[in-house]
Amino acid sequence: MKRYLARRLLLLVPVVWGVSTLVFLLIHLIPGDPVEVMLGETALAADKEALRKELRLDLPLGAQYVEFLEGLTTLNLGRSLFTRQPVWDTIRAALPATAQLAVAALAIAVAIALPLGTLAAVKRNTAVDRGAMFLALLGVSTPTFVLAPLLILAFAIGLGVVPVSGRTGPASLVLPALTLGVGMAAILSRMVRSSLLEVLRQDFIVMAFAKGLPRRRVVVRHALRNALIPVLTLLGLQLGGLLSGAIITETIFAWPGLGRLMFQAIQSRDYPLVQGCVLSIALTYVLVNLATDLLYSLVDPRVRHR
Amino acid sequence: MIGRALRLPGIVVGLAVLVALVVAAAGAPLLSRHGPTEQALREGLRAPSAAHPFGQDRLGRDVLSRVLHGARVSLWVGTLAVGVSVTIGMLVGSLAGALGGIVDDLVMRLIDILQAFPGILLAIAAAAALGPSLLNVVLALSLIGWVGYARLVRGQILVVREMDYVHAAAALGARPGRIIFRHLLPNVLAPVIVEASFGMAGAIVGEASLSFLGLGTQPPTPSWGSMLNEARNYLLVAPHLAIFPGLAVMVVVLGLNFLGDGLRDLLDPRQ
Repeated sequence: MKRYLARRLLLLVPVVWGVSTLVFLLIHLIPGDPVEVMLGETALAADKEALRKELRLDLPLGAQYVEFLEGLTTLNLGRSLFTRQPVWDTIRAALPATAQLAVAALAIAVAIALPLGTLAAVKRNTAVDRGAMFLALLGVSTPTFVLAPLLILAFAIGLGVVPVSGRTGPASLVLPALTLGVGMAAILSRMVRSSLLEVLRQDFIVMAFAKGLPRRRVVVRHALRNALIPVLTLLGLQLGGLLSGAIITETIFAWPGLGRLMFQAIQSRDYPLVQGCVLSIALTYVLVNLATDLLYSLVDPRVRHR
Repeated sequence: MIGRALRLPGIVVGLAVLVALVVAAAGAPLLSRHGPTEQALREGLRAPSAAHPFGQDRLGRDVLSRVLHGARVSLWVGTLAVGVSVTIGMLVGSLAGALGGIVDDLVMRLIDILQAFPGILLAIAAAAALGPSLLNVVLALSLIGWVGYARLVRGQILVVREMDYVHAAAALGARPGRIIFRHLLPNVLAPVIVEASFGMAGAIVGEASLSFLGLGTQPPTPSWGSMLNEARNYLLVAPHLAIFPGLAVMVVVLGLNFLGDGLRDLLDPRQ
């Protein structure tokens, strides 16, 4: 296990370096003069020079790059152009809201996907299976920005049971979590189904049935537990994807998390803050994937020896 | 093959949706009685009527006409982004798979880095830096789009390149370029075609997402994403503004996903 862990951590180094480099280059993708884009054409020459100095854009590219990487090691991502707050502080303040949303969405996704996928697998090739898989495909095909207005129309405006937007208590979490959770549930339930079908073909399942164990017990105790291992990996990948999906969902529901922060930063051309958001989301994703893989290797020792 | 294809419901439904999308995009000016940017300020936010079956938006523009013209943006971006991604992905993937060694290592590390950005994050960031335009949307989506095809093609090449007929071609003195283009690539096309139909769905959602965030098409050009964004402020008084472009996205994406599933059943005999 120790060697496996060391190897995984070592593999992380080039990825983290590459991600940071791409984020660094982002500001240089801006066509023309980035300072002019951020401040507008009418800005005073003195202001432009000041910002150019602050962003180190007056230095040669190599020196800028070294300074950027140095800053990263101390979590110094610069300051927001508008609030003048350090970027990292702003991001840290937005993290709890996003974490709460992600966990709630994950819970909803699992709560929908497990029974739906299991049902489809057990009733394979029946109307139930086809119905469940059509629902799943429908869920996969409904982007958050389509689902969100429909949910708002039905539950916030139509029934009036939850608020339209904001973060004002548990009720306000329902719609954004549902928006993110449904799409994820759709992908997960397809995975649960195919993984369970795979396991149900194995000899030990045939054996369990032959022993005369009740069907429910075989499916839940023997098959599902094994089928969930690959589902776990997908769950990890999806959790990172949630953070990207949160950009649109949080914006729609005015949920004060990392996603909306990034949207606002894009709108106000606050590029240091955009860079900080992209970097935090990508690094979180990388770490969550690593954690998932480690968890996976704990649950299933065969993985380590591959 | 065609007979078998037409018995798969996924392919039939998917092709029907694709044809409908092409017809809507090509025939948009003929199919709508009003121009997509034709304003009637006094009739702002009106509900669907006989004259405007999908209703009117804030500026009194015909929503049906805007949905039809929005199909042009979706089809254009979807086709272009997938075309660019498939081309780059196949080229890079086959080079990495066929040459191996340091080329393969470098390509795989680059892919690892690009895949460390979840979903559409990198495209959003790139589009934000490049500035809003349709061409930049295609660039941003292709930036992440090629990776999936490259991985797929590389993996397939690694399998196919050990086949006897490839060794035979090499023994007969065929150059690497000839082996790649004549012997390897044609044999990895099937999964690429399947992936491309899912990729088209992804690119259409990607364009709508970027336009929704204000990073895609600019007003007054209609795109389903930007229409949905405008609709947000009028959900209570004019829900039709969200419902019709939303349905359009859903139907097209669902159709392309059906097509992908159907093509997989058709082309992949293992399942």
